[in-house]
Amino acid sequence: MAILTYREALNRAMTEEMEKDPSIYLMGEEVGHYQGAYKVSQGMLDKFGEERVIDTPISENGFAGIGVGSAMVGLRPIIEFMTWNFSLVAIDQIINSAAKMNYMSGGQFPMPIVFRGAGGAGGRLGAQHSQAFESWYAHCPGLKVVCPATPKDAYGLLKSSIRDNNPTIFIESEVLYGSKGEVPEQEYTIPLGLGEIKRKGTDITLVTWSRALGFAEEAAAILEKEGISVEIVDLRSLRPLDENLIYESVKKTNRAVVVEEGWPVAGFGAQIAYLIQKNAFAYLDHPVERVTQMDVPMSYAANLERMSLPNATRVADTIREMLQ
Amino acid sequence: MVSSIPKDSQSVSELKEFYRQMVLIRKFEEAAAKAYSVGKIGGFLHLYIGQEAVGVGSIAALTPKDYIVSTYRDHGHALARGLNPKPLMAELFGKGTGISKGNGGSMHFFDRNAHFMGGHGIVGGHISLAAGIAFASKFKKEDSVTICFFGEGAANIGSFHEGLNLAAIWKLPVVFICENNHYAMGTPEYRALAVKDVSVRAYAYDMARDHIEGDEVRKVRDHVQVAVERARRGEGPTLIEVSTYRFRGHSMSDPAKYRTKEELEAYKKKDPLMRARQELELGGIKTEELDKMDLEIQNQIDEAYQFAETSPEPPLSQLHKYVYAEDK
Ligand SMILES: Cc1ncc(C[n+]2csc(CCOP(=O)(O)OP(=O)(O)O)c2C)c(N)n1
Repeated sequence: MAILTYREALNRAMTEEMEKDPSIYLMGEEVGHYQGAYKVSQGMLDKFGEERVIDTPISENGFAGIGVGSAMVGLRPIIEFMTWNFSLVAIDQIINSAAKMNYMSGGQFPMPIVFRGAGGAGGRLGAQHSQAFESWYAHCPGLKVVCPATPKDAYGLLKSSIRDNNPTIFIESEVLYGSKGEVPEQEYTIPLGLGEIKRKGTDITLVTWSRALGFAEEAAAILEKEGISVEIVDLRSLRPLDENLIYESVKKTNRAVVVEEGWPVAGFGAQIAYLIQKNAFAYLDHPVERVTQMDVPMSYAANLERMSLPNATRVADTIREMLQ
Repeated sequence: MVSSIPKDSQSVSELKEFYRQMVLIRKFEEAAAKAYSVGKIGGFLHLYIGQEAVGVGSIAALTPKDYIVSTYRDHGHALARGLNPKPLMAELFGKGTGISKGNGGSMHFFDRNAHFMGGHGIVGGHISLAAGIAFASKFKKEDSVTICFFGEGAANIGSFHEGLNLAAIWKLPVVFICENNHYAMGTPEYRALAVKDVSVRAYAYDMARDHIEGDEVRKVRDHVQVAVERARRGEGPTLIEVSTYRFRGHSMSDPAKYRTKEELEAYKKKDPLMRARQELELGGIKTEELDKMDLEIQNQIDEAYQFAETSPEPPLSQLHKYVYAEDK
């Protein structure tokens, strides 16, 4: 096993896929000569040349549209948004074009495109640069939504996303780029829609994805010392969703908390809470709880940013209350 | 008024074919309007009546390997591409035999095989899709050219500027055709465009430009041809503005009260169908022959109508199909 960063794992996944399939290209702002705003595409321009690692002007709507159009005629674009905050000016192309093309053409135009880039909150970037948008995209049928939390998952899920014939929203966590983890040397993929039990436990189920996995793991470690056994379900992709994995865990633990980086109102955690009460109601000893970002834009001030984001303390407190 | 009498038998038969296509579009849409008014067609129905020479002329400049990207006003473009009126009419009726299996409707005709890359419902959003298709042609080193139709209203949206800029910096093989019918829904061009001539915006992108009247079908073809050849040679995109007029409202629900009767009458005198007919007659085609042709087309449309009416609705099991591509 090699130890790779999340960023290196993504780079390796893209590089290997592009070596195999000449119809794949990477496009976005600063992906080439600058080597990627977050260096995810480091070295790829040298390897694949300007024809396949393509720098764009700042025009998210335009190059998202270029990606969709080219996918209509058989190319397999990877479109990088420098961060998902800027995808909002391209959301028309993602939702009105990419997500709908196959459906409204009666199955004539599959859409093998990956939109990827950094999401969530970074270190004190303020309101316009600290947002978790997976709930927005998960809302929309026709899209797949993938949110890896570890280098190993990032590699396997990105490869599957690139090979998928559907538009995939691949949200990388900005704060995880430098995080390290074991990545098997030989090639593998992780099917979209397959979650993973990241930690086994018996008293409560934490459902989470992406960066929030870290908060969950930290809380589980704290609670273990208090004799509370926490099971952690990492969904890895929100669409498709590994529903059964959640229910199986809840059947065992009888309690569930969703931990997510996004806002609470109409967030994806609300959907999970609904699904659990609908499909595992008989097993519940407590209403499903959620730990989310606060219902405010992100503040720049260090203390307020800290307070805004979910964290292990809040997760642990919520669990203690539920077990009382 | 008629300036271009077809001079030889080849140009006569060419014009005859263009005339046939324009009549096909006109009659198709008249039938669609009828079906709409009796509730057989739902949603929006944006008719192309009056603009036929633009679609027919432009698409005549293409070969089968070239691509067409259209708007919600897509019937004329689809028919000019040679698509069979039956599945098109069936699509309007929301039938399973429709060109998009009933999932698309009037605004979303698609035909992958004919390189008809869709009618798109978001004003201007498809302009960068067209650039993307052209990008793919260049990427794959195929010499296909993409043409993209849009209205002057669409020229004000960001996607237009982004699409044109990207196409220009990368010299993509695409021809942007602005069908300026002088109204975006109820908004006349002078209230929406700081500079009325859309084609001069090409200068902002160092792009070739052209501006013509759209009532003469062969003229449209000739001008678009120049741009298509330029694109095929790898010399990049062109922005062409074709001035035209829609005789009907923006869609079937629009009585078009924002414009005067006089204005409409003046444009109707420049009806591209009438013009082509006169030119054909001057070129030696008899009125009876043209009448016979009109009748044959009417029969074809009646058949399409019949086909649409008697086709089954899509199976209910289709509801969840096509949301995601089927695994191969
Ligand atoms: C982004 C967007 N805004 C508004 C609309 C509603 N709408 C549909 S067509 C139209 C007018 C467009 O006019 P133009 O581009 O000139 O084309 P024309 O209808 O004249 O062919 C409007 C406002 C839309 N479909 N998309």
